[in-house]
Amino acid sequence: MKEVKSSLSEWEKNSLKPWISKHPERESEFKTRTAGIKVARLYTPLDLEDSYTDKLGFPGAFPYTRGIYATMYRGRLWTIRQYAGYGTPRETNQLFRKLLSWGQTGLSLAFDLPSQCGYDSDHTLAEGEVGRVGVAINTLRDMEEVFEGIPLEKISTSMTINATAPIMLAMYIAIGEKQGTNISRLSGTVQNDILKEVVARNAWMLELEPSMKLAVDIIEYCTRHMPNFNHISITDYHFREAGADSVRAAAFMFADAMEYIRWTLKRGLGVDDFASQVSFFLGSYMDILEEVARFRAMRRLWARAMKNTLYAKDPRSLQFRFAACTGGSMFTRQEPTLNLVRGALSLLAIVLGGAQSAWVSGYDEAYEIPSPEALRFGVRTAQIIGEETNVANVVDPVGGSYFIEWLTDEMETRIQEEINNIESRGGALECIRNGYYQNVISECAYQWQKSVETGETVIVGQNRYVEKEEPDLKTYEPDPRRRKKALENLAKAKRYRDRTRVREKLAHLREAAEGGKNLMPYIIDAVKELATVGEISDTLRDVYGEYRQR
Amino acid sequence: MSVPRRDGSVKRKRILIGKLGLDGHDRGAKVLALALRDAGMEVIYTGLRQTPETIVRTAIDEDVDLIGLSFMSGTHMVFVPKIMKLLEKEGIKEEVKVVVGGTIPTKHLQTLKEIGVAEVFQVGTTIREIIARMGQLLG
Repeated sequence: MKEVKSSLSEWEKNSLKPWISKHPERESEFKTRTAGIKVARLYTPLDLEDSYTDKLGFPGAFPYTRGIYATMYRGRLWTIRQYAGYGTPRETNQLFRKLLSWGQTGLSLAFDLPSQCGYDSDHTLAEGEVGRVGVAINTLRDMEEVFEGIPLEKISTSMTINATAPIMLAMYIAIGEKQGTNISRLSGTVQNDILKEVVARNAWMLELEPSMKLAVDIIEYCTRHMPNFNHISITDYHFREAGADSVRAAAFMFADAMEYIRWTLKRGLGVDDFASQVSFFLGSYMDILEEVARFRAMRRLWARAMKNTLYAKDPRSLQFRFAACTGGSMFTRQEPTLNLVRGALSLLAIVLGGAQSAWVSGYDEAYEIPSPEALRFGVRTAQIIGEETNVANVVDPVGGSYFIEWLTDEMETRIQEEINNIESRGGALECIRNGYYQNVISECAYQWQKSVETGETVIVGQNRYVEKEEPDLKTYEPDPRRRKKALENLAKAKRYRDRTRVREKLAHLREAAEGGKNLMPYIIDAVKELATVGEISDTLRDVYGEYRQR
Repeated sequence: MSVPRRDGSVKRKRILIGKLGLDGHDRGAKVLALALRDAGMEVIYTGLRQTPETIVRTAIDEDVDLIGLSFMSGTHMVFVPKIMKLLEKEGIKEEVKVVVGGTIPTKHLQTLKEIGVAEVFQVGTTIREIIARMGQLLG
């Protein structure tokens, strides 16, 4: 190190100084794109503390900085899983089959907003939204149609569902059983992260505390009956999409994780009973090295927190397993094909960062929900990175880079500081109740917008190198009959079912809710009798009260 | 921005920013509300899950000069015509300007203008442009 130090000062004197006097740098200082971390000109061995085993170690071993599996993508590439769901269950089923035929390796189901917020397709609040941003699900019949001909035992499914997660998961379980699968063999993910809903994504339904109770019901039920299912996917993606910078979003997510864990521990489960199936969902943006360092820092931070704060023993409890997606909000309306480039670069960051599954936002994101073509480009982008670039052939290929390791340390420190700040303010739930998260996010979003408008943050095609011409883009055309079809499906299911039995199951659900029981078994019983999403949600709203936005 | 009232007092221009239905994408609406406030206007942000009725009611109660509606899930063609009809029914369609922003396809621009929408801001419009145009509309 002494040698490095002296040769560095020699280089500064003899090479850098004369060079820079003739060739000034582009900016007076350089910062990372979203966290605004000031970066130096050059990083050298002097920036690395000599603690390889403490900080990096080996993949598949504590502190997992280099990856959660020993061989990472040399064994199997990440799961390619485009977020998809349109209109009617039939349309979505066809889309799923198409995605699988393109080589997608997992499914990710998008629900429409009424299904996400607990309203049937015929509710007044559902107007204009039925089958709009995802598939309309009213009863088990709809869900059965979505998965028709798709063996749940063989493919993992991720469901972006939160407020109504217990209902949709109940349907998934019912279908698995009907297909003859022991539900303990089902694999997949239910997002089940209600905290970020009330802060950023906004598909909420019940008051905060009962929402937390239902989230823990799912965690508890899956822990006992579905050991291969990710019972929660705690996200930072929506914080970032709402405007939070990379550090704050990560800290909010970890603080939320601590809150879910505390609530689950209170239920009487031990940390190692359920922590192995806690998963995460992250956003990735354009500053590739910032993103890569962040993914690595988060892995280390999680492992340390689980070990040192929550005393987890099972190695699987320490492994930060995550899905990631390229941030949709960075995709421009101007020159939309450029978003294919952004998607590819941002996915590269995800892969260099060691994700377990990933998807690319539609390049037509600023116009419509992704067209089938945009979804196919997403799958192909992943295949190019996975099978042409060779970046997946070495574990943690960026590890050991002076800059990456410095930035990984920096990210970990900054995220940890913000987590401590949240904890000192009373924890995630309190910081959401008093609006701390919301205010930070709005302020970040506003600052970002200003920096885009002054040109300080460059977005090619939007605020620099702007083309005048409007692109000719073929976007997804929503089927105008989708609402009619949803209503027909709903009416048909209602005619078919035994009304007395539905009423009985809903009454049982109400009693269980009032009695503070785990509601999963009761919801499973109700969906099997074709109780609707709206009916079950109404029962819950009635007992627990609706969330009121502050 | 301010205009003298008939009685000589000065009223700042008031703008209502609203989100309708289940659409939860409120980043743009909130950023715009902050920017308008910084530009010296009075802003009322309705929060999420409003109906055409609550929007128009609030517009009347708060005596606003302009209503800005943000749509990110594609329901503008459902809600905007309803709002315009309600404003007409209340007899304030001429005095309260309506502007719409968000993921609005170009093919819908003409229809929206025809039913009385004063301006549509598609994704990628800058806050500066929006505020300037609102200023023009408010005279």
